Amino acid sequence: MTNPAPEPLLTLSDVNTFYGQAQVHFDLSITVARGHIVCLLGGNASGKSTTMKIILGLVKPRSGEVTFDGASLIGLSTPQIVRRGIASVPEARRLFADMSVRENILMGAFVRNDRDAVAQDLDRMLTLFPKLGQRLSQRAGSLSGGEQQMVAMARALMSRPRMIVMDEPTMGLSPLYVDRVLELIRTINQEGVSVFMVEQNASLALEIAHEAYVLQTGKIVLSGPARALKDDPRVRDAYLGGSEAA
Amino acid sequence: MSSWLDYTINGLIVGNVYALVAVGLALIFGVSRLINFAQGSIYLVGAYIGWVAVVQLHTPLPLTIIVVAAAAAVVGLIIERFGLRPLQNSVRIAPLLATIGISFVLDQLVMLTFSPNPRALPSQLPDVRFQVGGGTIGPLDLLIAGVGLTSALLLFVFLRYSKLGWAVRAASQDRDAAMQMGVDVNRVNQAVFGIAAALGGVSGMLVGMYYNQIDTAMSLQATLKGVVAEVVGGAGNVPGAVIGSLLLGLVESYGVAVFGTSYRNLFAFLLLVVVLVLRPNGLFASARQAPPEPLTGTFIAPSRPVRIPRWALAVAAAIFAVLPFFPVSFYVLQTLINAWLLGMLALSLTLVAGTMGQVSLGHAALLAIGAYTSALLSLTLGVPVGLAIIAGGLMSAALGTLLISPSFRLRGHYVSIATLAIGEIVSLVILNWESVTRGPIGISGIPPLSLFGYDLISPTSIYWFSFIVMVVLALLQGRLLGSHLGRSFRAIRDDDIAARAYGLSLNRYKSLAFIFGGFAAGVSGGIAAHLYSYINHETFNTQQSILALTVVILGGLGNVVGAIVGSVALVGLPEVFRIAAEYRILIYGIVLLLLVRFRPQGLLGTI
Repeated sequence: MTNPAPEPLLTLSDVNTFYGQAQVHFDLSITVARGHIVCLLGGNASGKSTTMKIILGLVKPRSGEVTFDGASLIGLSTPQIVRRGIASVPEARRLFADMSVRENILMGAFVRNDRDAVAQDLDRMLTLFPKLGQRLSQRAGSLSGGEQQMVAMARALMSRPRMIVMDEPTMGLSPLYVDRVLELIRTINQEGVSVFMVEQNASLALEIAHEAYVLQTGKIVLSGPARALKDDPRVRDAYLGGSEAA
Repeated sequence: MSSWLDYTINGLIVGNVYALVAVGLALIFGVSRLINFAQGSIYLVGAYIGWVAVVQLHTPLPLTIIVVAAAAAVVGLIIERFGLRPLQNSVRIAPLLATIGISFVLDQLVMLTFSPNPRALPSQLPDVRFQVGGGTIGPLDLLIAGVGLTSALLLFVFLRYSKLGWAVRAASQDRDAAMQMGVDVNRVNQAVFGIAAALGGVSGMLVGMYYNQIDTAMSLQATLKGVVAEVVGGAGNVPGAVIGSLLLGLVESYGVAVFGTSYRNLFAFLLLVVVLVLRPNGLFASARQAPPEPLTGTFIAPSRPVRIPRWALAVAAAIFAVLPFFPVSFYVLQTLINAWLLGMLALSLTLVAGTMGQVSLGHAALLAIGAYTSALLSLTLGVPVGLAIIAGGLMSAALGTLLISPSFRLRGHYVSIATLAIGEIVSLVILNWESVTRGPIGISGIPPLSLFGYDLISPTSIYWFSFIVMVVLALLQGRLLGSHLGRSFRAIRDDDIAARAYGLSLNRYKSLAFIFGGFAAGVSGGIAAHLYSYINHETFNTQQSILALTVVILGGLGNVVGAIVGSVALVGLPEVFRIAAEYRILIYGIVLLLLVRFRPQGLLGTI
């Protein structure tokens, strides 16, 4: 396996995770290079979302190492990890439904104390997500799925993260919004934020990713540059849960 | 007309006091999805700290309020840190049970420190009344209203404009998402418990001043009222809790105006049951709000039950059966009789709470129904005692199931609240229905136990009688659990949606569980009535419901043998160690806390 990026930002090495007796990850190793978009593909119950939770410290692995910018994340709490510079766009958005859109976006800046710069960043979000401007005082729960996804992304960016992890950012969105979201991920990345995303929609994710990993029942069965994987027939097989072994 | 204004003022003032308790409950429920049954204990602690400050330290009023708020907040922080934080990853009902244990411990500590006798808590305010319209209002009324409004305003500002307040709101809407924004949920919990405790403590102090009396019975009442107000307003809804409290205050006050003082609580609990049945999400919940989380299988810690071979059970039963032939003291037999009676109640509760997953906090009501039925039948109609006890069991089964049936559609914590309220309602109906129950006087001269015309008066015969009844009930219950019926019960407990999808009617099976459980508990109450020869509306109280729950958890939820072992342990061990009665409740509370923390599956394991 060749790794085209010389400088890793996030690494998972030999991670083994268990839910009770059931093993979710088997010696999982993933690298996200600085400035790259890395995509983790896999079907249902392949352990994708758990990988997100491991990075965010919501689930503790039984063994293995997770490092961010050279320092271990193992043993840190979720808020501590967020303070290291990782923001998240959780599965199904998970907005604070009864808070306003403005409050939701500002919650993203919870770890920051520079009020003036936060206010500037809020304005910047409104240029990046112009639609949200008219919705600022609306309850977040009243927005459409696509709009909520915009809020979730704006919220994640407000912490000025070095990396954003996204759990199925296109799930449940209309085709129009899917394109818009992918385009925004690319924009965010071009501004210097690394992205680690978990997706089921392989063909779309591979459009924008630099590297990709294919996860099948807790094992990485394929990995490499997205361009190469896109044309690999095994991606389809593995992704659809074909029986070929790793 | 003037009196109506007075009742309105009184209702609003009392409502303000409830609001101080209910807002804290709502904040805690919002963040932790937990109904804090220790809230009333903090209110009690606040009242007694107020007493120490006013009567012994002679602090001026503003300082008193600050001292009470600060001290109560410290108690709240301690509860959060040492009682609840260790339970963060355990089953959902564990923190609820822990708060019950904590409330027992706190109440008993206050009682042991200050004695159970009521004390006067002077208000330090001039005793004048102003005429307002047709009613009157005093400085203390204004103080309570002022504290209520100020607290509401401060809370609003805190939640709306402070960073920690935002964290509280975010965490109460989506705990995981809040963590992913960098919110430290432990700090949020601390803040919420600290605020809730400060408000609760001040509330207790104000109530003490309002009635110029404080005593340890305040605690449970405050918790109950706070819970009623909070649920009426919608669990977790802070403004809802305020409105629910004022509404509760008014309903009670008008109820008292029309029917008299002894009806006050009856109105409160009827309001609760009506709201729970019609609008379980509270009066102000809109459709968009998610229904209360399914909390099925709430306390079933996965465990492998201890297998006890049949011959061992038979040997144990034989030993207990022949025990009276040996030179054992009257005292030992008496203790074991109590254990067998508690064992019948525990069998009932372990079926309902363990096998069926409906954690009932009002089980003493079933004892009361059985006891009153049996006592009245034998006393007034001359029904033979043996038959009367069976009738008591049947009445408990029928009436108990009927009364609890409104809660069948509820889940998890709401079942516990509803059963608690229904238990209180039964006790209040007994108190107020004087023509039948003889009201507060109680029933005296209940004939002793007798069977086929022979009086059972010697301890030995009573021992055998209660032992045999319990063993028969236990055998029946064992058979029941092994049958398809037992399987259906467990299926509903573990996943009621899946069970329903397989065609199990929840109402039917829940009814069956309560009918069987009601019978066992009613028989226990019936026997107790004839043993005590005197009962009143307080003989079977919430403390016994909680004791039964502790027994059941100690033995292992759903575990028939465990229920009996738990009864013998909790009744017997304090006797063996000669622990004074006033320390026993304290020990029950500590046992409950330790169990929830370290061995939720109990001694013999859950089934």
